[in-house]
Amino acid sequence: MDFLVVQLLTGLASASSLFLIAAGLTVIFGVTRVVNFSHGSLFMLGAYIGWTILIRLPRDPLWFAAGVLGAALAVGALGAALEAVLLRRLYRAPELFQLLATFGVLLIVQDLTLLIWGADDLTLPRPPWLRAFVRVGAERFPLYDLILIAIGPMVLGLLWLLLRRTRFGILLRAATENRQMVAALGVNQKALFSAVFTLGSALAGLGGALALPDASANLQIDLGVIVEAFVVVVVGGMGSLPGAYLAALLIGVSQSFGIVLFPRITLVLVFAVMAVVLALRPQGLLGSEATSTAETTRASRPVRPASRAARLAGGLALCLALAAPLLLGPYPLSVATEAMIAVLFAASLHFTMGPGGMPSFGHAAWFGIGAYAAALLARQTMGMGLVLAPLFAGTVAAGFGWFVVRLSGVYLAMLTLAFAQIVWAAASQLVDLTGGDNGILGVRATGWVAAPSVFYWLALALCLGGAMALRRVLFAPFGYALRAARDAPLRAEAIGLDAQALRLVAFTISGATAGLAGSVFAYAKGSVFPTYIGIGKSVDALLMVLLGGVETMAGPVVGAIAYTGLFDALLLITDLWRLVLGMAIVALVLAFPDGIAGRAGRR
Amino acid sequence: MSLLVAERLEKSFGETRAVAGVSFSLDAGEMLALIGPNGAGKSTCFNMLNGQLHPDSGRVLLAGRDISRLSPRHMSRLGVGRSFQLAATFTSMTVRENVQMALIAQSGEVWRFVRPARALHVAEADALLALVGMADQAERAASVLAYGDLKRLELAMALAGTPRLLLMDEPTAGMAPVDRTALMALVRRIARARGVAVLFTEHDMDAVFSTADRILVLDQGHLIAEGDAAAIRADPRVRAVYLGEA
Repeated sequence: MDFLVVQLLTGLASASSLFLIAAGLTVIFGVTRVVNFSHGSLFMLGAYIGWTILIRLPRDPLWFAAGVLGAALAVGALGAALEAVLLRRLYRAPELFQLLATFGVLLIVQDLTLLIWGADDLTLPRPPWLRAFVRVGAERFPLYDLILIAIGPMVLGLLWLLLRRTRFGILLRAATENRQMVAALGVNQKALFSAVFTLGSALAGLGGALALPDASANLQIDLGVIVEAFVVVVVGGMGSLPGAYLAALLIGVSQSFGIVLFPRITLVLVFAVMAVVLALRPQGLLGSEATSTAETTRASRPVRPASRAARLAGGLALCLALAAPLLLGPYPLSVATEAMIAVLFAASLHFTMGPGGMPSFGHAAWFGIGAYAAALLARQTMGMGLVLAPLFAGTVAAGFGWFVVRLSGVYLAMLTLAFAQIVWAAASQLVDLTGGDNGILGVRATGWVAAPSVFYWLALALCLGGAMALRRVLFAPFGYALRAARDAPLRAEAIGLDAQALRLVAFTISGATAGLAGSVFAYAKGSVFPTYIGIGKSVDALLMVLLGGVETMAGPVVGAIAYTGLFDALLLITDLWRLVLGMAIVALVLAFPDGIAGRAGRR
Repeated sequence: MSLLVAERLEKSFGETRAVAGVSFSLDAGEMLALIGPNGAGKSTCFNMLNGQLHPDSGRVLLAGRDISRLSPRHMSRLGVGRSFQLAATFTSMTVRENVQMALIAQSGEVWRFVRPARALHVAEADALLALVGMADQAERAASVLAYGDLKRLELAMALAGTPRLLLMDEPTAGMAPVDRTALMALVRRIARARGVAVLFTEHDMDAVFSTADRILVLDQGHLIAEGDAAAIRADPRVRAVYLGEA
């Protein structure tokens, strides 16, 4: 019994922490409609700045409170600067580009933090009041966590007062409800957005600083925290504060009990909660229906088969690719193999994201499932692995797709991201099966295909063949119907198309081909690791597709080759690849909202 | 027997009775207009016929079959074509491809993965485009069409399934007056020639009076008048609703 009470209290404490970070995210989304990846960075900065301040202060509760507030204010100021410099330019951009640009910010902040504070985890010394416990029957519970439990509802209450009792709050609620109307009434949107962003950032900073005594300031928390915060916001309903608190409670408590029941798969449990909520209530617990319909900008040019010049260029490139083993040394050849795999991976994402209209943020899940399937089922028998891996990935994609095709826009992006995180967590936590972070080694092509040149030709045939097959499907009736359902859902329905079935099949095909790419990658590298499923890998694919242009059929091919080349060059030049890549992403989004190939296609 | 029969359709939203017991019928080849002031229940009534909404009570019969619980997708398979108030076409396709897509959907060829779609139903698509006077624009992008042309393209797509019934929601909304008359004359010609029943809602009274064979007038969820143009013009209740005369 006492044990259950302590678990419940632990759940409530983590609910408070979750709420603090989710509250800022949801308020910002409600008003500006920007899904802000870099919110995790603001949380992380809250922890680092908090550490820098608190380490210099006397170690008693009052000074602690002052230091935490100071950190929150500092992060609020940083958030205001970020809004003024970057986000203000993105309010009109398609939401995918906003997500991507803020992910770029996250990368930049990671490297800057590394430069300023170094790579070591920073912890606070724990004075007696931070080590104190209260007795719950036979069990002990940290006093500080009791304080955290109280802070969540306190912040909710303060925010509620702010929203209900002040002019700023009224404007904020009105803007969440109907942005155009508020603008039409002559409210200064710029000032309102800046204020909201500052408030949200300060909340993130507060959360980061408050998390210090129980954890440490480290370079991993930004991504870890943002994924959980996204889950809370989506489950609660985007833009809803009470919803965020409810969702934080639901997730915090199920996590603290889940860790007892299934110690290995707590992350899975979190995302299972989300999947159930979204399946029953796609707009989240307290979300309104209106916010779930994403405004997306759509193609305005017809997709046409390749021109003669493009075919000629493609044919020449293919000849070069075929001759590569005769021209290149071992290292460039392995880079070329990776480029081929990237082409198929990008093409499979483009298939769902472009013509399918389903922006997936967790496409690495299918790549990783394919790689692990090959490694686990057919470590030494490549022929079998290359058949089983796509079949397995496709089957899982078909099952998961049932949820996916019922959502759209940001919700869909977040659900796919969450699923990829589940697969990632499974790969890194199920050590007996997957070897955890040590991965699985000795995945090899054997016999005559083991020769680098032969393997290269095989990869070329599978990957380019796969990409061309996807392209063929897009020009067949199925591909047209898929685009029709994306272009005008009502019209598609009225001519008798089943949009959900079309999208489900597209999602399955995409998952299977990404799985094929993953399995080829596993045999090419000789090993598999959880990083194959990480957010970084998903973002790689997104960048390749966006770099090439979503609306063009050749886009993913061009994008994949350009990206692989640039990335390899970047790794050779600098350790600070996150900083450079992040800045490149931000610059790219600001300069080419259509992507490279998209730009080339314009007159 | 009438092609389309609505029997005592009812629909409420909360406390509001949007449609309160509306019955009417429509024959093949007939043009029926559904009119009424704003908030009269036109859209609700119309959406119960096309499957977007399901009635609280009452039935919709198409050639004797109850279709009041079917989705828009199923309706299209039973020969119901539609056009939308805001023209909805596939913007990533050419004009011809839009019609080809409709033909592919209607002939059940969607689940094909290999042969290029561009080669399918070319002659049929061009014939439909010629019918609506768009033959010369077949290669253009649907996204660059003038609004009147978009409406004509929609009509060609709606006709792709050789429908028995055409449901048109404000077919001339947003068009220039000259285009309006031309489009409605075209619809009327096609309805006559192919025996298609047409039901349309409309704000533009000129379009209604010059093309409809019969007119239904709704007010506050009730059917208050029914008849040809002359009868409706003379009806005192209609005059009261529209002109505020006692």
